[in-house]
Formats: sequence, C-alpha cells, structure tokens
Amino acid sequence: MKVHVGAAAEFEEGDRRIIDVKGRRIGVFRVDGRFAAYLNICPHQGGPICEGQYFPQVEAVLGADGTLVTERSNPDRPQLVCPWHGWEYDLRTGVMVADEQIRLRTYETVVEDGEVYVVA
Amino acid sequence: MSLYTRSRIPVENTLLNARLQAADRGYDDFVVVDVDAHHYENRAWVDIVPYMEDGPLKQWAESMVKRGGGGGASAALTGVQLGNQEVGGRIIRAGRNFSDPLDTVKDDRHPDVVRMLWAMDQMGIDYTVMFPTPMLTLGLHPQVEVEVALARAYCRWLTRELLPQDDRIKTMIYLPFNDPAETLKMVHEFKDVPGVVGFMVTSVRHRMVHHNDYVPVYAAIQETGKPLAFHAAYNWTEPSMTQLNKFISVHSLGFTTCNMIHMTNWIINGLPERFPGLKVLWIESGLAWIPFLMQRLDNEYMMRTSEAPLLKKLPSDYMRDMYFSSQPMERHKNGRALEVTFEMIDAPNRLMYSSDYPHWDYDVPAVIHDLPFLDDKAKRQILGGNACEAFGLDPTVVRKAPSRG
Repeated sequence: MKVHVGAAAEFEEGDRRIIDVKGRRIGVFRVDGRFAAYLNICPHQGGPICEGQYFPQVEAVLGADGTLVTERSNPDRPQLVCPWHGWEYDLRTGVMVADEQIRLRTYETVVEDGEVYVVA
Repeated sequence: MSLYTRSRIPVENTLLNARLQAADRGYDDFVVVDVDAHHYENRAWVDIVPYMEDGPLKQWAESMVKRGGGGGASAALTGVQLGNQEVGGRIIRAGRNFSDPLDTVKDDRHPDVVRMLWAMDQMGIDYTVMFPTPMLTLGLHPQVEVEVALARAYCRWLTRELLPQDDRIKTMIYLPFNDPAETLKMVHEFKDVPGVVGFMVTSVRHRMVHHNDYVPVYAAIQETGKPLAFHAAYNWTEPSMTQLNKFISVHSLGFTTCNMIHMTNWIINGLPERFPGLKVLWIESGLAWIPFLMQRLDNEYMMRTSEAPLLKKLPSDYMRDMYFSSQPMERHKNGRALEVTFEMIDAPNRLMYSSDYPHWDYDVPAVIHDLPFLDDKAKRQILGGNACEAFGLDPTVVRKAPSRG
C-alpha cells in the first residue's frame, strides 16, 4: 500500500516527517536528496528513533605507528541517534553502528510526479 | 544547508512509545512498581535548606543558595559529579536537557511530583520509590556533619512537602551513613512516616558496612520490617577509577564495584546470619555482577572457610535470599546468560523492576515483560508483586493511564 507523505519539494536536506500508517508511526527522512523511511521504534527498548537527533560519526585517527592521534567527527557519516538511550544508526541505511546485524525496520519510498510515498 | 541544522525536532511526549507499550501489554491488569526512580533535588535547595536545623551549617547553606541559585547551590552543597550522561547531547531527557509542555504546565503540586506522575502514567507504573540525584554521591563529602544536616533536611522536606501530594510516590529514607549514631536517629525519626517504605544507603563512600557501629542501625531497621537498600553509583575520582578515560568505562565498572565491595563485606562478615529478618535490596548495577560474585565468593569460601566463621551456607545462598533491582539490565546477544542469571538469583521471588527514570540508562517495564523465558506469573512478580510484598504496598492496581491515545 502506497501512503502519501508530501511533496518532495517541501523537504530540505535533513527534513523529516513522521506519518501514521494504521497505528504504525513511520519517519520519512530526506538525506542525500533521497528519502529513507523507518519505523519509529528502536530495536533496543522501543524508543522513538525517528524523533532522535543527527550526529556525525565519531572516528579515531591513528598514526602509522598505531598511536592515537585524535578523535574527530565526520559530518559525511550522519547518524540517527535514539533519544531514549543513544543507540546510533546510519541515517542513510538504518544499520546500527555498533552491530550491523541490528537494523531499523525500513520501508521503501517512491517519488512520483514530485510526491513522496511510503510503501507500507 | 547542512542536515545537522535540522537535527532536533519538537517532541510533545518523549515517552509516547512507552505509553503505547503499556497499552499493548496490558499493564492495567496488574500492579507495576518502580523501586528506583529519581528527581533532581538540586533545583530545590532553596526549599530544602529551611528544613535544616538552625546553626552555622544552615547559615552556610543559605549563603550558598543565595549565591548560586539552584544548580550552583547544589554544586557547593553536595559536590560535583564528573560525567557525560547524555553522550554528548545524544540522549534526550524531558525536563533536563529537553523542554516539553510539562515544563510550563500550571499545576499546584510540586513540579517534581507532576513530572514523576507523568512518567509513571506513560510507563504504566502504579507506585514509584523516588530518590534524589546529586545526593547519590553526598557520602563522599569530607564533612560528616554536612551529610547529616542535608540528609535530615531533605528527608523532612520530601516527606512533608512532596510525598503527601500523591500516594503513588514513596521513598526510602536517605541515611547519613558516615555517622552511625545519626543514621540510627534518622531510622527512628522516619520509620513510621507515611510514604516511607524503606531505608537507603548510597554506596559511594568509604565505610565498612560490617563495622560494629552499624549493629544498632541494622537491628532497628530489622525491627521496622522495612528493607535496607544499597544504591550504587560511580566515583570517577576513586583512585582505581582515575585510570579510566571514558564515561562508558567508569560507568560500567563504578556501579558494580561499589556494590560488590559492600556485598562482599556484608556476606563474609556474616550479617545475614546476625540479622536474618533484615530485608536487603541492592540497587542499580544491572544483574551480570551477581552471578560473577556468586561464583567468585563460593569458590574462595570453599578454600578459606575459616575466614568467614559466621557463614552456615555458601555466599551465593545468602545472595539468593536478597533482593535486587533490575536496571540497567544487561541483555547480551547470548540470551542464555540472562536466563541463567534469573535462575541463580531466584528472580521470580527476589528481583524487582526498576526504571531509574529519568537517568540516561533507564529501563521501561517491557525489558522484563518481553523476556521469552518468563511465564506471566514471574513477570508480574518482578514487575510489581515482589516489591508489593517487600515494601508492604497494596497490590491493587491504582489509576494509571497507559491506554492508547
């Protein structure tokens, strides 16, 4: 079933909209000009993952000899962070950063005639 | 424009998903008790300090409140705990680092009561045992008399101002444990006060729980029939902990270490034999440390029995007689670890659900309710039945609002 979300033009980069589909709340995000849709339930304790904030992935920089040089934020790797307990997911894919076997429930999105739909 | 400028969105109800869980799981059908949740007393010193007894300590506290306002006064009164609870702002806590409609709601009751009842309703909780936050590490204060004065004032304020506002909120009395004589006075002062369901020792301190000075305290608490709880925390300035460079590290080890130290002293010195009727509850270290310590102490006791002459059974047998709060419950990928833990601690009869809300690693009741290896009876005992029995609470479901909508 295709559910209408809104006009694609209404979404700036990073905008989101949370829609209700028969009692299921689904978050639709615009990232890299595309649309990603996730169920608003974190696999951890059921927190509202789609209401979380975006944070750049933290990376450690090592020297050639293995010494730790620094830790830095990489804005090209945006993560969606659960507001309840901090579980971090790749905003583009819904894959958990700490354990790739854990993934958000994802939904297919389509854009037709400038309108965004979720297949749910 | 960067997507990060749209990182945060307004959220009306940060616990809506908990409310939906409560409705789906039918928490209306049975009592749910949260044996450990918190408020932020640091905002209320201006109200608490008047409950201090007249004298130089009260003058000091008044001057700190006047100088520092709410939070500033707390730092000067109870000390500062180093930390990174919200993981650099990633975790959102309504009323703490995130404003929601409750921040501005008009209500005659104290804001801490209003927010606590709101959280209870969202999570489907009937009764909550409420406890302070910065005072968790007040036991480190080098002035013993400061702990005594603040503890007494806090407990009087809490039991006279807040608890009478709603019968669903209870407390365990904060004991100024660094002064055994004053601790005993506190037990006598508060043992029959409405809303007081037990007594609490904050475990981050440097006191030996088996010292003879505490014998009258344990005897008096045993006489009340109410539990004695030890509430763990971390102390990043503890010498061994200063080796740890991340909050994740000190938080993982700090809580469990202080619980293990007190538990070890408690058992090896035979306190369960000396006070067999004293109900003891260990709060906030998760569960994984318990089977570890059971195995460790049993193994050593078999080889060094003469060092613990009061024991009549294995250390793990005494631990199995005690109560434990559940949060933050470790749910390892290997689910058998948790199942064995539940079996080793006699969870259906001894484990009590706790949320620790609104602290950053809180657990919603579903962490217990959704466990695949528990039957319905065990779930209900852990979520409320065991606490009702230990604390003497009415096991009738009270008004709460987990319904959908």
